[in-house]
Order: sequence, then C-alpha cells, then structure tokens
Amino acid sequence: MEKVNNQKSNDIKRRKFLKNLFLSLSGLFLPGIVSAATKTGRLKDLILSLGYDPKEHLWGMGIDIDKCIGCGRCVNACKEENGVPRDPFFFRTWVERYRIYDNRETLVDSPNGAIDGFKPSINDEGNIIRSFFVPKLCNHCDNPPCVQVCPVGATFKTDDGVILVDSKYCIGCRYCIQACPYGARFLDPETRTAEKCTFCYHRITKELSPACVEVCPTQARIFGEIKKKPSPLVRFMRQHVLGVLKPALNTEPKVFYANMDMEVR
Amino acid sequence: MEEIVNHLVSLTKEISGYIYPNEIELHWGLLVVIYPYITGLVAGAFILASLVKVFNVKELQPTYRMSLLTALAFLFVAPLPLLAHLGHPEKSYEIFLTPNTSSAMAMFGFVYAWYLMAVLLLEIWFDYRRDLIVWTSNEKGIRKWLHKIISLFSKDISERALKFDKKSVQMVTIIGIPSAFLLHGYVGFIFGSIKANPWWSSVLMPIVFLFSAIVSGIALILLIYMVITPLRSKEIDMKCLDKLASYLFYIMIIDFSLEILDFIHRTYEAEESIKILAELVSGRLFVSLVVIQLLMGMIIPLGSIAAVKFFQVPNELRKSIYFVSAILVQIGIFSTRWNVVIGGQLFSKSFRGLTAYKMTFFGFEGLLMSLGLLLLPILILFILFKILPPWDEARSN
Repeated sequence: MEKVNNQKSNDIKRRKFLKNLFLSLSGLFLPGIVSAATKTGRLKDLILSLGYDPKEHLWGMGIDIDKCIGCGRCVNACKEENGVPRDPFFFRTWVERYRIYDNRETLVDSPNGAIDGFKPSINDEGNIIRSFFVPKLCNHCDNPPCVQVCPVGATFKTDDGVILVDSKYCIGCRYCIQACPYGARFLDPETRTAEKCTFCYHRITKELSPACVEVCPTQARIFGEIKKKPSPLVRFMRQHVLGVLKPALNTEPKVFYANMDMEVR
Repeated sequence: MEEIVNHLVSLTKEISGYIYPNEIELHWGLLVVIYPYITGLVAGAFILASLVKVFNVKELQPTYRMSLLTALAFLFVAPLPLLAHLGHPEKSYEIFLTPNTSSAMAMFGFVYAWYLMAVLLLEIWFDYRRDLIVWTSNEKGIRKWLHKIISLFSKDISERALKFDKKSVQMVTIIGIPSAFLLHGYVGFIFGSIKANPWWSSVLMPIVFLFSAIVSGIALILLIYMVITPLRSKEIDMKCLDKLASYLFYIMIIDFSLEILDFIHRTYEAEESIKILAELVSGRLFVSLVVIQLLMGMIIPLGSIAAVKFFQVPNELRKSIYFVSAILVQIGIFSTRWNVVIGGQLFSKSFRGLTAYKMTFFGFEGLLMSLGLLLLPILILFILFKILPPWDEARSN
C-alpha cells in the first residue's frame, strides 16, 4: 500500500516539475509576444486616430499600357514623396520601354528607371513593329511570397490588402527580395532594411491617391477600391481586357494591366 | 552608403541584356555561400559518425569521435556567416522571439538548437562520459576541473550506468540521422522553395544538398584523419581509409546522378527560363560549374577512386590519390554552393539579362571575413581535440 502511495506522490512531483519547467521556459517567449503586441498595437492606434478603418477597403491599381507615354514623372514623384535614394539602383516604381522588331527580337530598357524619360530610338537597324511603355511597381499580391518567407514577420499584408514593411522589425536578411518575382524590392542603403512601394500608405489613409497616380499626365495609372462599385478602378476593370504579371506563379497581383503584350514580364 | 553606390556603379558595366533596375545589387554574397557549405560539412560528418554506431561499420571506428567533434566545431561557426550578412545583426534575436511560422528561414534557430542540444552535445556527452570520469581521477588543476565540468560532475561508472550510456548513444544517433537530414535538407529548402527563382526552385534541391553534404563531410574527415595521424606519429589505418574512400565514392555516385537528373529534367522540360539559364551556364558559370564543380570536383575524383578500386595500387600511391581526390571534392562542393547561391542571382527575373558579382576584400561580406570564418572551425576543432582527445589510445579501457 505504501509503495503505491509513494508511486503516486512521485507522479505528482514529476507532473509538478514538468509543469514548472514548461511555465518557466515559456517565459522566454514572453518578451517577444509582448513586444509584438505593443508594436502592432501602435500601428493600429495610428491608423484609427486618422478615422481610417482598413477593414473597409481593398486597394488595387490599374495600368493602361496604351496610355503611358514613358515620361517618368511617376518615378520622380515616387522618389520625392517617399525619400527613395536618388541613385539609379533603388526604385519603388520604374517604367520599362519595349521595342519589338519584325524579326521577333525584343529589346527592353529602363535607363535610370526612366526617371528622366527615354531618348527617342533612332539609328535602329531593324523594323520596329510594336513599341510601348510599361510602368512597374509592387503588385501587392494577394498571395505574397515575400510575406511568406520573412523570418520575423516584418513584412505583412494589411487588412486593406497593401503589403508593408515594418523597418523597425526588419533584420535585413533580404529573403523577401529573393522571393519577389517582380524585382520590386530593394535594400535601403541608409537603413539596411527592405523597402518597397506602399501605395503611398500615408496618403491613401487620408483619402489621397498615391504620388505616381497623382502626377501621371495621361491617367495611365488608376488607383482605387477593388470591391466597391463606384470606384474608378472597378470601372477600369470592367472596361478593359486585363492581365497581370507572371500569372503562372499564382501570386495573385492586385496591379492589373490593360492592353498588355505577351512579351511583358 | 556611398561605398554601396560606388560598388553598384562599377557593376553596371557588367550587365548584359535587360535586368530590373533593383536587381543590380546582388543580395546574397560570399557569406551565404559559406553558410550551406559549413552546415553541409556538419551534417556529412555526423552521418559518417552514425555509420559506426547504427550500421556497425567497424573499420570506421578510428574516425568516430573525430567526426563528432568536427561536426561540433563546424556547427559552432555555422550561424556566424548568416549573422554577419544581416543588415541588422543586433535584431537577429527577433527570429527566436517572434518567428514567422510560414518562413523557412525562421525555423533556422529551432533546427539549429535542436541539432546542437538534442543531438550533437548529447551524443558527445554520453560517449565521453566514462572517459571523462576516468581522466579526472588522474589529472590535476584546470584540466581536471574542465573535464569535471564537461562531465557535469557525474561519477557513476557502474556497469549499469555504462550500459545506459551505450544505449543512449545508440538512441541519439538514431534520432540524429533524421536530424542531420533535417538540418541540411532544410538549408536546401530555403533555396528550393523560392518559386520566383527558376534556378533554385526545385524539389530536388534539399536532396541534392543533402547528398553533397555527405560527400563533403566524408571528404573532410578523410583529410583530417590523413593530416592528423602522421602529425601524431601514428600509422594510418589503411582499412579505415579504404572504407572512407569507398563511402565517398558511393555517395558521390548518388550525388552525381541526382545532379545529372536535375540537368536532364531542366533541359527536357525547357521552361520559360531555359534560354537565360543556358546562357548563364555556358557563360558566366562555365568555369565554376562545368570545369570546377563537374570536372574537377566530381569526374576526376570519381575516376581516380574507381581506378584505385580496380587496380592493385600500392599503399603510398593510394594514400596520395585519396588525399588529392578529397581536396578536389572539397573545392568541388564549395563551388556547388557558389553556383547555387551566386548563380541563382546572376540572371534577371525578367529572364532577359545577366548581372555580375564582384567580391570585396575587406568588410563584413568580404573575402577576408570569409576566410576567417572557414579557418575558425579548424581552430575550434584543434582546441576540442586538446580537451576531448578522440584518439583510441586516449580511451580509458
């Protein structure tokens, strides 16, 4: 009888020991959980203080390739608005020029991201059969590979569908840059953290449109709600045949191109 | 900042075709080449050690403890290149505190800690425990205390306790094999799971990484054994050496087949990216991929060891052939890592152009740092050999 009791008390001791061990070890994770909670809390407070509820929106962009004249004002405006380094290696948005020749050769260029536009293509030996400009930016994918791979969760999708980077959290491992199929990310040479287009989040939460949309002289870029009927983007999406970049990768972009050639990628 | 920009300006001359403007900066440099190279050596050395315990390959006994210590020495260094390449190393602890569960990279800390704590340290401790206790009884001063601390002040060398040690080593090894597979297969997955990059994105990636890891691990132990035994004025055990070379040979054949399979699969499927990848392989990667990785690192050592197997070769010549082959294999595996990591960033994701990589000498990501990181594990290993002599004659029985 005594033996049985002993066994029992040993069991209880062991259980207690394991419980204590678990509790004390889980304490190790506490600072992380607390700091994460306070950090996201702060963002929430900021957004709510603006009277903006992200849950009520879903943002996207439409780009009409036929309307783009390659002036590069969007590239310049983006750098001005967001303090992007002026050097030719860091872009949140850029414009590509495609020249397709009758021998099916395709030439693409984007000198300095087209911040000063393009020089006319003279002295061309071949016969150009099609030529057009394609503005590029982060596609704010609905299934974003960059968010999937970020080891610390510094890059994330907001409720309104925008992909953002918390530079205070980012450790600069650059895995997100590798995972982005569109080359839309770069490492900020000042802060050593990942940077990208935010749809000018500081503007859209105040009911303003992104800087690139604002300055476009031909309205080649249309910004707006994807789901609300009166939105200009919904109208644009109804009126055009649409394409997205690299659809086979199933990233589900929210930047939609109208009149896109098959050579664009 | 200016330094980075100047570096990028010098790269613009090397671009051919069209690349996205953000792609000029190559993000994962030499340090990220070293990381999978070193973890590969860890996994390979451990798997070699487990051959002795699990599959009872008696000939390899002289290298058993050596392999364990080698794995440990390299494992200590494995996270350093990753840490040094981060933009913000001081924030790296966030990976442990708030890991993003969908990120392969976030799992690094956990896989690493598991492998270090639950596998390597445990196996070494159980294997050395009896010897540590016996050594302390004949030692004095710091050494005595060091060994006492390492043995965690255990004193029990009764028959029962030793039996338990033996059983534990067996258990840990059995857990350790899948763990070693996990450690390096996981490193392969970091690259293999990036669908944006057709050079990386492949299910074969973790498996190729694993087998090349075993190849490099065996070759490393062969080298260490061949260097250290004459230094201790001991005779090299030819049976052990032949066995090592045999295992090296067989695993290399598997590794080679996998790489060929990958090559055939890619060219046969000929997806959208095939043109730019062909340009890459026949141009900027030709020397490191075809000449160094395939010819020097694979075909020549395979042929040499095969020749030794077929013909009666005198011991001395056999030793030299093994030694040279193992060195070639190391160079080959290093360039395998190079070709994966650097090669995967040399072409634009627009599939329309190629960029270049220029190594720097100084700085966090420079050549000097990398050489230091490759020599550091050798230094640690030397200290480990001093503290925990792996030689047979040091055993207490």
